[in-house]
Amino acid sequence: MNDDQAPVLICKDLSISYYTRAGEIPAVVDFSLTVLPGETIGIVGESGCGKSTVAMAIMQYMGANGGIKSGSITFKDRDLNQMSESELRRIRGSEIAMIYQEPFASLNPSLKISTQLMEVPLAHEKISTEEARQRALQMLSDVKLPDPERIMDSYPHQLSGGQQQRVVIAMGLLSNPSLLLLDEPTTALDVTVEAGIVKLVADISKKFGTSQIYISHNLGLILETCDRVFVMYSGEVVEEGTIDSLFTWPRHPYTHGLFACIPLPTADKNAAPLKPIRGQLPLPFERPQGCYYHPRCDHFKPGLCDQEHISMAHVEGSAADHRVRCLRYNEIDHHLQTPDGEVKKALELGEQVLEVDHMKKYYEVRDTSLRALISGKRVRYVKANEELNFSAREGETVAIVGESGCGKSTFAKVLMGLEKGTDGEVRHRDKDLSDIAVRDRSAKQIGSLQMVFQNPFDTLNPSHSIGGQISRVIKKFGVEKDKKKIFDRVMTLLDTVKLPRDFYFRKPRQLSGGQKQRIGIARAFAGNPSMVIADEPVSALDVSVAAAVTELLMDIQREQKTTLLFISHDLSVVRYLSDRIVVMYLGHILERGTTEQIFTPPYSPYTEALLSAVPIADPEVTKREIVLEGNLPSAMNPPKGCPFCTRCHRRIGDICDNEPPPEQVVVDRHVIKCHIPLEELKKVEPVIHVPDESERLHARH
Amino acid sequence: MVTLVIKRIGFMIFTMIIVSLILFLLLETELTGDPAARVLGQFSNEEQRELWREQHGYNQPVMVRYVKWLGNFATGDLGESIRFKGPVADVMLPRLWNTAILGFWTFAIMIPLSLTLGVLSGMREGSMLDRSISVFGILTTSVPEFASAVFFSALFVFGLKWLPGTSSMSGGFEFRQLILPVMVLVVYDFGYVARMTRASMAEVMTSQYIRTAVLKGLPYKSVIVKHALRNALIAPFTVIMLQINWLLSGVIVVEFFFAYKGFGALILEASLNNDIALLEACAMVAVFVAVATQTLADIGYTFLNPRIRFS
Repeated sequence: MNDDQAPVLICKDLSISYYTRAGEIPAVVDFSLTVLPGETIGIVGESGCGKSTVAMAIMQYMGANGGIKSGSITFKDRDLNQMSESELRRIRGSEIAMIYQEPFASLNPSLKISTQLMEVPLAHEKISTEEARQRALQMLSDVKLPDPERIMDSYPHQLSGGQQQRVVIAMGLLSNPSLLLLDEPTTALDVTVEAGIVKLVADISKKFGTSQIYISHNLGLILETCDRVFVMYSGEVVEEGTIDSLFTWPRHPYTHGLFACIPLPTADKNAAPLKPIRGQLPLPFERPQGCYYHPRCDHFKPGLCDQEHISMAHVEGSAADHRVRCLRYNEIDHHLQTPDGEVKKALELGEQVLEVDHMKKYYEVRDTSLRALISGKRVRYVKANEELNFSAREGETVAIVGESGCGKSTFAKVLMGLEKGTDGEVRHRDKDLSDIAVRDRSAKQIGSLQMVFQNPFDTLNPSHSIGGQISRVIKKFGVEKDKKKIFDRVMTLLDTVKLPRDFYFRKPRQLSGGQKQRIGIARAFAGNPSMVIADEPVSALDVSVAAAVTELLMDIQREQKTTLLFISHDLSVVRYLSDRIVVMYLGHILERGTTEQIFTPPYSPYTEALLSAVPIADPEVTKREIVLEGNLPSAMNPPKGCPFCTRCHRRIGDICDNEPPPEQVVVDRHVIKCHIPLEELKKVEPVIHVPDESERLHARH
Repeated sequence: MVTLVIKRIGFMIFTMIIVSLILFLLLETELTGDPAARVLGQFSNEEQRELWREQHGYNQPVMVRYVKWLGNFATGDLGESIRFKGPVADVMLPRLWNTAILGFWTFAIMIPLSLTLGVLSGMREGSMLDRSISVFGILTTSVPEFASAVFFSALFVFGLKWLPGTSSMSGGFEFRQLILPVMVLVVYDFGYVARMTRASMAEVMTSQYIRTAVLKGLPYKSVIVKHALRNALIAPFTVIMLQINWLLSGVIVVEFFFAYKGFGALILEASLNNDIALLEACAMVAVFVAVATQTLADIGYTFLNPRIRFS
């Protein structure tokens, strides 16, 4: 980054509004940004903060009701706001390219990849079809896709999510743009795939010198990819600075709040609980006077913070250009603020509640093709779960982690009775449930095994009131019979999930995502369950909301001594809240043990790779980089030997390909499935290195 | 792909056999009354009926009769029409041809018109053009054929005296006589297909891959023609295929109104006159067309949509 180079993009005092029937809604106010050649800028913030709007404004693609109200966007000395449609067309795709959140939705389902790639250079440059084809092939291998010829000839739905995103990235890079906009490019992908994409994006800026604007809600990812970072809140930037400066010395209370919401690898649910930001993000037309953040800020000073609109100011004494939108940043001593000494008591574990004993679940797939008819192989099996063994005690939190398709949701379905197990037993309170479908279970059994679902938006019936939906559950499970008592019970549940009691009469559409998930939790706990399965309960929620919901779940668990089965792909959350972890891959448990055991060597090689893939929002924590190559094999046709052998970085030879790995017991309940001898595995260096408090530049949290 | 086609055709034949069985049970057996009485009329006596049954082989076992009946059908022997006093094939084929002509012209005008206007209005949702087409489409679709037939006759036949009021083609085929029935059908069906197309196109235009295409810097024409159209036409395609059935047997009102000798009118005549052989043949043809268009629609759908083709 050379300072005397001319900037690629300058946004100056940008204000963007949407115009609706209700009037003008300011989406972004007072936004300024300069991007230098080769620089990667991160924009971070929660949903609704205006970060995607900025990207769309740079592309000048605002839809029918959006418009740039004031300010300028200058790209290489040309004002994008003044350009005609045809001038914009020449810039889009050739000089500014964009990469989107959902790769599948952004590729045309009925055109081949080759068509979609080749049309980019063909539209912008005078080259032959053959040349365009060569260039597309070259770019596909540059984004490290194996077998570019085959990819070119495929349709989008024939590729995996990671491959699709690589294709979209290749598409963006084809005309060698000077600026690449990435709007949450990895949100829809698995952690290990995400790690690969992040590395690719970093390599690109080095190789092609492309400037990038990387939009994300994940502070850890921003840390790994960017040079400078902008933190946005409610339509404005509240803090900006270099990665080092901002992550080491965050100045704005909101930035601090965000950091307090993400579980760090050092944190533990009992010693340092997450501190969610209180209140909610104000709607654009409800923004308060003065500082937009003041109603939620712990350092609010009446008469100062709620007066005039605050502008960005240079942080005194910072070498890099660290700027903050806060009047009191100098007075607030964040070191004194934390830790506030809140320590929660660890729950004592009770008797064994769940025991999974050699559980198997195969799905039958009938192949109806002619070839299968002739060869006689009509029925094939998808081995979703293979020999699952683990147990959970009362009050314990057991996390099941793994990438999508590893069989973790299948297991939840068998446990809930939505599917029947093929073999083995799943004993809940010494009763085998794997064979009993949910409709054959008693109300008590169903009530004592409940689930919190991933997507709170779809799980509530939109035409019934909240109170009605919870009452029905209470009645069905036979907890209470009397109408008055049911009503009282709903009120208690609403109190438990910290929602106002008048939510009883509300309809789901009047609730935010976080509130809906609280209702989902209230519903799950309505039947006094002894065990709750939470399937990625916070992955669809924003950082600060997720922290609040996670804490809530933990509090209820502590109170009711519920066993929690937490299904997730996010290892930092898992590390934070679980007592025991089960690592799954392609239907197999590759490692299981306490959280401490999983996060320290010896690791199974897959656990090692998973740990390396977790983005950590702490510049002083270092990680060993392990990027997994290739895709998850199909569960229909798994490798003969170790399921992980096709992607393993520690493969020791043919034994991995041909023989299923043995279960090696490290200590009591810590088991690793791997061919590598334990002595070898014990010699492996830890993946995550957290410096001691004394070595740190500052003490945080 | 080949597997799919073979499977679909197999399924089609299976459907036809089931339908023929139902048809046979309903019309040729005692289930719904004595067939002899149906043919000879209510004033015939038992002796005459018995004679008729003997002559036409109705005293054989049901299964034997069904197999024979099916065999006759398959070899093209459709029997005799009582109403028209002649072989069924000779009666039915000219009528089918007439309907084919009517259907062809209706399609030739209606499909390009409704697809173009549907695509145009879907491209710019909420625009003046979009709103006028929507209103016009609802209006024409909600006016039944007999009403618009009366209205057009009043205007073009009695008012302006431009067109003939009947389309019986008694003096040989005359194109002028075809204009009014085609016009009524086009106006009635246009709104439906156009609105389907519009909805599908509008959905495609808001999809993320269209945004990708625009932000790739492609010319607008290329975005529409290459990226939007093909995806937008998948849904209307099925609807269009279904219109063929409607044109074959569902336009009786229009055929009767203009005295056009079409297939729909023939079915009605056959059933009113208890002309069993003719009715059976017509029904089988109608079913065949319905099943065949659906098969074609399924295969075409797979062709348009690679997600189905390669899964």
